Amino acid sequence: MERKDYQKIVNKYTPNESRLMNAFIAFIIGGFMGVLGNFLVDFYSYYFDLSTKDASVFMIITLVFLGCLFTSLGFFDKWVNFAKCGLIIPITGFAHAMMSAALEYRKEGLVTGIGSNMFKLAGSVIIFGVVSAYIFGLLRLLVMGG
Amino acid sequence: MTYFNAFIFCGLVCLIGQIILDNTKLTPGHITTIFVVIGAFLDVFNIYDKFVLWAGGGALVPITSFGHLLIHGAMDTVNNFGVMGLFMGMFDLTSSGIVAAIVFSFILSLIFQPRD
Repeated sequence: MERKDYQKIVNKYTPNESRLMNAFIAFIIGGFMGVLGNFLVDFYSYYFDLSTKDASVFMIITLVFLGCLFTSLGFFDKWVNFAKCGLIIPITGFAHAMMSAALEYRKEGLVTGIGSNMFKLAGSVIIFGVVSAYIFGLLRLLVMGG
Repeated sequence: MTYFNAFIFCGLVCLIGQIILDNTKLTPGHITTIFVVIGAFLDVFNIYDKFVLWAGGGALVPITSFGHLLIHGAMDTVNNFGVMGLFMGMFDLTSSGIVAAIVFSFILSLIFQPRD
């Protein structure tokens, strides 16, 4: 078969999703995640009498917990398929990556399964975050003096 | 007003991510990694701090704030210990999120069965 014909067939069966619609959904869902985060910061700082900095730590823990819980209950995957970057970019995406790796490799045992594979998807975020933060921190120390 | 700013900021970050995801061959893993590096970069000149002041919690929700918090924790100890401080304080502010993710994932993966 000619390569051109093959490409034609592939294009025919590739799902044709509207990019504009995807972007719009990601904007709306992501926006509401931001509102939820801001609401939680206000809520914790008001009811537990915390500073904004401590309240934002509480907010991150809450969102990570929700991401892990909904992934393990099984319906967060469907939400991610629908909202895509609207849920992947917020901190819930990090929790989702770790939770799904832990669930997937659980049957291979506690140490060789969960222990060694939990960071399979989310590890790159930490590695690149630390390396880039180190380089930029060094840069900032040399240029601006801390 | 902060709520409106939070909506706009977090929505725009997700929108940029979605546009990159749709128009290139990068996977979601690539995109989250790129955004962490961008967040760390924006903090070199204290730009991300202005976003946090403007959008409140909305600027702390996207994964870009992870890079921002990494470099912030490192800079706090750099003021006391010099170059060695870069190694000491990197995880000071982000440890809560990472520990929470590890503990919750481990416990919940023992309780629940994976379903496809």
